[in-house]
Amino acid sequence: MTVQTQGAFTARVLDIDADKVIDQICTRMREILARDLSRRGFVIAMSGGIDSSVCAALAVRAVGKDRVYGLMLPERDSSGFSTARGRLLAEHLGIKYEVFDIGPTLAAIGCYSWRDDAIRRVFPEYGEGWKNKIVISGGLEGRLNHFQLVVQAPNGEIKQQRLGLREYLQIVAATNFKQRIRKTVEYFHADRLNYAVIGTPNRLEYDQGFFVKNGDGSADIKPIAHLYKTQVYALARHMKLPEDICNATPTTDTYSLAQGQDEFYFALPYQKMDLALWAYNNGRSPAELASVIGISEEQAQHVFRDIKAKRRATKYLHLRPLLVEDVKELDY
Amino acid sequence: MADDLREQIRAFILENYLFTSDPDALGLDDSLLGRGIVDSTGMLEIIFFIEEQLGVKVKDEEMIPDNLDSVNKITNFVLSKRQAA
Repeated sequence: MTVQTQGAFTARVLDIDADKVIDQICTRMREILARDLSRRGFVIAMSGGIDSSVCAALAVRAVGKDRVYGLMLPERDSSGFSTARGRLLAEHLGIKYEVFDIGPTLAAIGCYSWRDDAIRRVFPEYGEGWKNKIVISGGLEGRLNHFQLVVQAPNGEIKQQRLGLREYLQIVAATNFKQRIRKTVEYFHADRLNYAVIGTPNRLEYDQGFFVKNGDGSADIKPIAHLYKTQVYALARHMKLPEDICNATPTTDTYSLAQGQDEFYFALPYQKMDLALWAYNNGRSPAELASVIGISEEQAQHVFRDIKAKRRATKYLHLRPLLVEDVKELDY
Repeated sequence: MADDLREQIRAFILENYLFTSDPDALGLDDSLLGRGIVDSTGMLEIIFFIEEQLGVKVKDEEMIPDNLDSVNKITNFVLSKRQAA
């Protein structure tokens, strides 16, 4: 990594010219839709979070509200706020949309039962009325990343224990059904309408592999994958999206207990994580990062190591199916 | 005893991560993370192996590269835990 010394490093490094960025993205969305994808519009799953909301708004600006179809796809563990904010945005943008509960599909395919079986191997008393989430541990302290299972009894009592390999893999595999079933529904509508599917990761999520392969990682176009999350919030405010959306806290909305993205995956809250990733990408030192975001230099070193480790660990999520030999006649 | 343990650990990594039995494919001090042999899930598998096959419990605070990032480091860690038990 080349160390650059020129230029001040402050939180302002993520400032953008919103009009210019919006124009650039919308132009590329139209070009890609017409030339590369040959589709007539966009399907987008709207979680009520900042990323999908901004993508939906960009899609409307790119091709018009009549060529964007919104989906809200709640399930048993979804926060009621997700669908409410999704509806709010769809109404605000004036797009057609539908709400489809994927809970029965997930139950039929075994999502909840596989997950709960694994949870009960850790907490045998886990059952009806209990809630759960997984939290990450280790990255900021210089330890190897591992996961803790947190459960809450109906009386409010919280219990936490480190997850063993088999239970961790089974809970994640079962939970990944949610993103994959959602994507199946998105592609049904895309096929039905001859539209393309929008993927909504921001740069932090895309770079660090915070997505499910063949789930939310699957899409025809990812319009904000080059933007830090801070910049996505800036676009939301610039496009005057509803306040409830501009002020929404990022959550995974995947586990029944409230779970921030920084609890589940990232070492730091997104504002600091954005700056850490920017610093790493631009050759800034751990000492500079530490000074800008108010952590120790040692912690900054751990964060840099964690960024690198996550890139390595999630490389396979980005890969297309690999061929033993090139098929040279296909040049895309 | 230490040599047997070292070879047991190396054999586990060779077989499960590199799909080979050739000991030359993995040096005893090679960084498992640095060489990209093991990722975070792979490290959980190593911890599972240590706990289930070698009978040594790994505490949260012991999950650091200094204990787990090479065949020699794992061997030394397991030996020290056994001696302390």
